[in-house]
Amino acid sequence: MSSPAITLEHVSKIYRRYGGRQFSTLKSALLSGDLVRKLRPEETFQALKDVSFTVPKGCTYGVVGRNGSGKSTALKLVAGITKPTIGTVQVEGRISALIELGAGFHPEISGRENVFINGIMLGLTKKEITKRFDEIVEFAELTEFIDAPVKTYSSGMYMRLGFAVAIHVDPDVLLVDEVLAVGDEGFTHKCLDKFGEFKRRGKTILLVTHSLGLVERFCDEAVWLDAGEKKAEGDPTRVVGTYVTDVARQEERFLAASDEKAKHDAGGAGQATPAGPVEVESHFGDMNQAGEGRWGSGGVEIASVDFQDEKGQSTHVFHTGELMRVILGVKAASPVRDFVFGIGLFTADGAMVYGTNTDIEELESDRLEGEATVTLTVDSLDLVEGTYKLDVAVHKRDGAPYDYHRLLHTFRVKSRIKDGGIYRPKHRWDFSTAIKFKPPK
Amino acid sequence: MWHNLGQLLRYRGLIQSLVARDLKARYRGSMLGFFWSFVNPLLLLTIYSFVFTYLLQNRAEGLQPYAVFMFTALLPWTWFSSSLTEATGSLISGGNLIKKVLFPAEVLPFVTILSNMVHFLLGLPILIGFMVYYHVTPDWPQLPWFLVIVSVQLLFTAALSLFLSALAVHFRDVRDLVSNLLTFWFFATPIIYSYKDFPNYKNYFDWNPFTHLAISYQEILFFDGGFGHWKWLLALGGGSVVLFLAAYWVFDRLRDSFSEAV
Repeated sequence: MSSPAITLEHVSKIYRRYGGRQFSTLKSALLSGDLVRKLRPEETFQALKDVSFTVPKGCTYGVVGRNGSGKSTALKLVAGITKPTIGTVQVEGRISALIELGAGFHPEISGRENVFINGIMLGLTKKEITKRFDEIVEFAELTEFIDAPVKTYSSGMYMRLGFAVAIHVDPDVLLVDEVLAVGDEGFTHKCLDKFGEFKRRGKTILLVTHSLGLVERFCDEAVWLDAGEKKAEGDPTRVVGTYVTDVARQEERFLAASDEKAKHDAGGAGQATPAGPVEVESHFGDMNQAGEGRWGSGGVEIASVDFQDEKGQSTHVFHTGELMRVILGVKAASPVRDFVFGIGLFTADGAMVYGTNTDIEELESDRLEGEATVTLTVDSLDLVEGTYKLDVAVHKRDGAPYDYHRLLHTFRVKSRIKDGGIYRPKHRWDFSTAIKFKPPK
Repeated sequence: MWHNLGQLLRYRGLIQSLVARDLKARYRGSMLGFFWSFVNPLLLLTIYSFVFTYLLQNRAEGLQPYAVFMFTALLPWTWFSSSLTEATGSLISGGNLIKKVLFPAEVLPFVTILSNMVHFLLGLPILIGFMVYYHVTPDWPQLPWFLVIVSVQLLFTAALSLFLSALAVHFRDVRDLVSNLLTFWFFATPIIYSYKDFPNYKNYFDWNPFTHLAISYQEILFFDGGFGHWKWLLALGGGSVVLFLAAYWVFDRLRDSFSEAV
């Protein structure tokens, strides 16, 4: 467990941007004559910036990060397929890379022959393959079809065979790039079992994946890469936690921006309000059919809509079960006696989750004048993970709107439990003594 | 560079099985299968001899039977030109491999050369058949030279292929350039005619490397009167070694760019 299996020291990888490089043909290289200028460093893209990490022998090491964060580049560097521009990469022992399964299969020849060629490509000798051949075929569940040409295989069969060969190379260091999505449930479990076996035998695994649960459950250590830089390293639960928080923050920014845009597109800019009547649309008959937008006579105006958490912080991202406040800032230029405040909650695909208003809840309006705030507090937001949209409105008892915001406000609910549906009732499981579960990890 | 060259020996098993795969895959699904390796040169030979002996009435002295004369150099040329054409594009078409699997890229052009060499060797029985039919006897004592000629050609082809395939990754039009240049090169080489008929152009012929291979094949298999061209052949062999090392150096320098550029 001591000496490192993989060492990256201050590794940077700079790709040349071929889009900017115009001499992809010889003619243009010769004619334009600016071959040298085109190679200048501004035409580059830095995929990794001064990244260092070490993976001890026998460690299962996870790499997480967004798309384009440099995860796959790091893996290719470790595999030796590309070389770092700056820094050094060292790997101890035989490597097998599950980067693209079945790369190098020839469609015209049989699975059997492809296994041999693929195996040799991955560094096995003919003898070793012969010895492991039956095991490979059995693992891939292709005993019946092994002599058929690979072009007749389904994509699942193809992947399974590729995976089986790669995993039977018996490497000291196994590199895995998001390939667990091959095959059906059963096969995925088999792959995970195989990884588990590798782990027990003290082999090193470098796992690049978007499946954060897998990293938490499976890895001893993890690193989070973002835009080519190392953001966090160490205990997988902590690294994944930091990563998820950052993703949530980014989503928050994104939601806030799209919220802003929706308000802007709907005519009334969120805060700064047109004094006169907001445009009235004649066809507001069935609200649930209408697309997003804003309409109303403008007698009362909803000038701002804010989502806040328990601590009074503005946010667009909540966790299941948290407290949520929706705060409406309203304005009435002249006194109004007939008003109803209402909200409607919808899923991203438009299904209504809940709707209520002050009239339904038997609050009789008396008087509203000047600026005021309306706060709706949801003590426990019992929704499953997803994006939700909100209608807010103030209208007369007969339904004629003063200001109606249709699907203009968006928030996101996150949850560690990936349950289904929309609503998560508060619940618990109880079992009689004959039923045992393993203690949680 | 030397290290990589040595590494190549470790991959001979891979080269071997890739050549075998190439050959198997090529005729998979065709009815005649491997027989095409014989039929192709046979048809080629028939067409050429029909055109040049009957239509063009080639009655040049000393080139009779013309079909055999032409075939002695045409067969190696076919090996050379199809190797070069295929090898030039080999890195591009094998791009998926280079990007995803760690193995020396030069394996790919070598595989195309070697599988074309197998086709060349399979064409030899046709040539022998024609020689027997026309009662042409090779230069028996000089026949061992044949192996030398083949080796020199192999090395020369490998050198050019390495260079062109590496270049083609960055400049795709090399492929078209090569196929057109090869047509020109074919007619500039004494294959369907004898260099002896054009003594004025001897200097030009001497500058063409394939001339010396063609003449060597012809002197050993077709003409009487010994193998006087061996000095040229050995010179070409020496030149090919240098060329190969130079090409390998270029290839090695560009190696790291392949996985990004293909």
